[in-house]
Amino acid sequence: MTFEDLLEQQAKEIARQQGLRERIYCCTAAGCVSSGADAIKKAIDEEIKARGVGAEVECCGTGCMGLCSKGPLVRTQSDGTIYAAVTPEDAGALVAGQGANLLADRKLDPQADFFIKQEKIVLANSGTVDPERLSDYIAAGGYQALARAVMELTPQQVIEEVKRSGLRGRGGAGYSTGLKWELVAKQPVDTKYVVCNADEGDPGAFMDRSILEGDPHRVLEGMAIAGYAVGAQQGYIYVRGEYGLAIQRLQAAIKQAERERLLGSRIFEDNFQFRIDLRIGAGAFVCGEETALIASIEGKRGQPRQRPPYPPESGLWGKPTLLNNVETFGNIAPIVAKGGDWFATIGTPTSKGTKVFALAGKIENTGLIEVPMGTSLRTIVFEIGGGIPEGRAFKAAQTGGPSGGCIPPQFLDIPVDYESLHKIGSIMGSGGLIVMDDTSCMVDVARFFMDFCMDESCGKCIPCRAGTVQMHDILQRITKGEANENDVALLEQLAKLLRETSLCGLGQTAPNPVMSTLNYFSGEYEAHIRDHRCPAGHCVLPAAASSNREVQA
Amino acid sequence: MPVVTKPDVPAVKDNRERFLERAMSRHHYSGDALIEVLHTAQELYGFLTPALLKTIARKLRLPPSRVLGVATFYHFFSLEPKGEHSMIVCTGTACYVAGAQGLMRVLEHRCAKAGSTSPDGKMSVQAARCIGSCGLAPAVIYDGKILPRLTPDQLNAELDRIGVK
Amino acid sequence: MSVRTLEIDGKAVTGVAGQSIFSVAWDNGIHIPRLCHVGGVSDVGACRLCMVEVEGQRKLVAACMTPVEEGMVIRTNTEQLLAHRRLIVELLFAERNHICAVCVVNGACELQDLAASLGIDHVRLRYRFPTLSVDTSHERFGLDHNRCVLCSRCIRVCDEVEGAHTWDFSGRGVNSLLISDLGEAWGESESCTSCGKCVQVCPTGALFAKGKMVSEMRKDRRFLKYIVTAREKHEWVR
Ligand SMILES: Cc1cc2nc3c(=O)[nH]c(=O)nc-3n(C[C@H](O)[C@H](O)[C@H](O)COP(=O)(O)O)c2cc1C
Ligand code: SF4
Ligand code: FES
Repeated sequence: MTFEDLLEQQAKEIARQQGLRERIYCCTAAGCVSSGADAIKKAIDEEIKARGVGAEVECCGTGCMGLCSKGPLVRTQSDGTIYAAVTPEDAGALVAGQGANLLADRKLDPQADFFIKQEKIVLANSGTVDPERLSDYIAAGGYQALARAVMELTPQQVIEEVKRSGLRGRGGAGYSTGLKWELVAKQPVDTKYVVCNADEGDPGAFMDRSILEGDPHRVLEGMAIAGYAVGAQQGYIYVRGEYGLAIQRLQAAIKQAERERLLGSRIFEDNFQFRIDLRIGAGAFVCGEETALIASIEGKRGQPRQRPPYPPESGLWGKPTLLNNVETFGNIAPIVAKGGDWFATIGTPTSKGTKVFALAGKIENTGLIEVPMGTSLRTIVFEIGGGIPEGRAFKAAQTGGPSGGCIPPQFLDIPVDYESLHKIGSIMGSGGLIVMDDTSCMVDVARFFMDFCMDESCGKCIPCRAGTVQMHDILQRITKGEANENDVALLEQLAKLLRETSLCGLGQTAPNPVMSTLNYFSGEYEAHIRDHRCPAGHCVLPAAASSNREVQA
Repeated sequence: MPVVTKPDVPAVKDNRERFLERAMSRHHYSGDALIEVLHTAQELYGFLTPALLKTIARKLRLPPSRVLGVATFYHFFSLEPKGEHSMIVCTGTACYVAGAQGLMRVLEHRCAKAGSTSPDGKMSVQAARCIGSCGLAPAVIYDGKILPRLTPDQLNAELDRIGVK
Repeated sequence: MSVRTLEIDGKAVTGVAGQSIFSVAWDNGIHIPRLCHVGGVSDVGACRLCMVEVEGQRKLVAACMTPVEEGMVIRTNTEQLLAHRRLIVELLFAERNHICAVCVVNGACELQDLAASLGIDHVRLRYRFPTLSVDTSHERFGLDHNRCVLCSRCIRVCDEVEGAHTWDFSGRGVNSLLISDLGEAWGESESCTSCGKCVQVCPTGALFAKGKMVSEMRKDRRFLKYIVTAREKHEWVR
């Protein structure tokens, strides 16, 4: 395909879509599918057939529209309305164009905070493009950034653009993406690899999954641009085995792109070639760590190794390897298309662009959102998220999963960016944001995350393998009222040991949930230990009959 | 999750061997493809037997201990036959906050611990880290279908219904 | 070979480019504690006992995995490092069942030596007392999982020097277990050549020679470095 072909295809598809009376989008992302979206799509398709209106009405599936808790969601293109809690019985009304009247009670208000406070770059196509059709992505301007990169820019110029954007990795650590690309590009080696980290393992995080399910071509395009920029000809996407739908859509998308020569050899009639293969994970959180991920692609036990050397110098099969997160790649096409300067206008001075968050827990609007960096936690939780259900009180927001921390109410007004979160003992992480109300026991939350780390520790290094077990044991005893103050001191020492001596990020950050809850909710620890009482009413403790002080003596 | 077929009906046995062979040859019998091959083997046979692991080790020219090491490192692979039914309890944070532990306790008490199958072979219990249905927490995948917002009472009722003691 | 000049614990020392901090320190009589490192096979940096401070670096580094650089100022014995090492050794004691009084290598065990040199007289952590087996199926050797510290020395020596790759780990995290072949008894292993190198490099009494009484067995761990360099240095006679 040439650039002209691409533009022609775009124009044709746009014209075709405009010729339709109605395009009905059914959210077919995992959240809505689990509340029955497939049946709705089927009902609508049948309705279209039954009425013989196939020429004027079309129904397609899309990626996540955001408000998962109100699903299944359906959007009608003619007026842009989103309907909540749709059932197969509504198919007739939707196909007949009677949604506005007959489903009025389930119309979502487009002026609601949930919609207007968001800014969508990565998710721009989620909910408006059929992820299973390349033509839809092309109609939305897809692959034009790749065309621009390959035909108009030198690899160095592409890297400059990414550097100018100020984009930082969305996989957790927030390393400058442009610098990383430059590092790989600089290696004087012929064989290089681009790897997309789609092993999203944080419990309570589903951003990457939604991006892959909702807009797979976006990720492929970002990877191809990266391949061009760093001089790689082969890319791998390492996807979690649990993400069946994402895997299916990626496989289909790769096939389509290869058929249209958007991947493969002689891309845009240029000498650039780039292939992408999938590698399916097999249930190990630690494989999200870059060196473990590389070991896993090589067919080995997913155990991290010492860095340096970092993957940009020596990665997959010892070759220079660029490893970025799904959302990071999702930002690339818009940056190349609209320019790094445009991107840099969004966000805060040190954290540019937007961030996708998965809202979950005790919050009204669970789902997927994208906000400019620097948006306050309050805006996210109370305006976009709709606050805490049942009139309960906000207690903490957990970001960064098992590597992150719990943010107490006094920090609700901090801007959400890499530095601010780090300062208060949490991290940006990959974007899981779990809200807890006054029924959540913070000691038990810490225990939950430690249990996770213990389970997911690869076992290579002693501090993490044996230390998480001991920290979990202490936390468990606290929740059962069987611990004393010495145990807390030991907990702190172990935390320090894990932080400073563990081999990889898993062990190094495993103490974060414990330390942040100890910091901000020490009263809860004391209540469990001294008074055998769980302030949240979550833990079952024996009465405080036997005093702990005796045990200590 | 990839569909797991039960190991049964000897009539299709030859086919499965052929499929496995094809998967290995597609990767040029490279040891790097071990995880892909194990995925395929598990899809075909339901679980990984020692004989299967041995075959894979021989064909991919890998030390047997490395094959077993990989097969046991990843929780996705199972070395035991699956039960008649399966329940995957999401233990992601959202489900945890919404009470997944209570469900797990019921299953542990009545069936088996996460990652194992009940002694009577009725139920395989697994824990998953976030199945992406946080809006429906707590969620359980029961024989491939999602049970949203499940309560321990509902779970007990379903276990009663299928005859779990 | 270019020379690197640096300082370890206040002592000016030299090493060659590419040499690890651990090895330069050792050459200069500074013995950094270690458990996973053994001369003659690759390093993995798993035990974390050799962590040292490097001036100007925010994080501690593993001495066995970090090459020396010109002008480095290294401290191997600060209070903090000692506290970390103590806790790591305590973690090991609590993890499995290390009962020295009934062990064949009592008195010649690297774990025991570590505990002694770090002044560990009690363990503050809760013992886990796992139920682990002892495999005595091999004609000449035995494997006691209770004493295994998962350092992977045996795996590396078997793979890299003997070329048999009999050993590997199964499971992960705290459930990691040393296995031979497909997890059969050691005596039934088809790949094992009974060379005994794994037994010699094992730092504890996890791998042992049969027929020894409590406290009787002594291991020779330096043979390895010697045999792997013999060809290169033309030194076949020790
Ligand atoms: C234990 C652990 C788990 C991780 N999991 C993920 C993950 O699921 N997805 C991801 O993109 N990065 C994950 N990371 C971060 C990666 O190692 C790596 O930094 C990241 O993928 C780099 O991409 P970026 O620069 O685009 O952020 C994890 C790191 C650690 C230590
Ligand atoms: S910190 Fe934990 S996960 Fe990372 S290498 Fe060590 S044991 Fe493995
Ligand atoms: S000797 Fe360096 S980590 Fe074990």
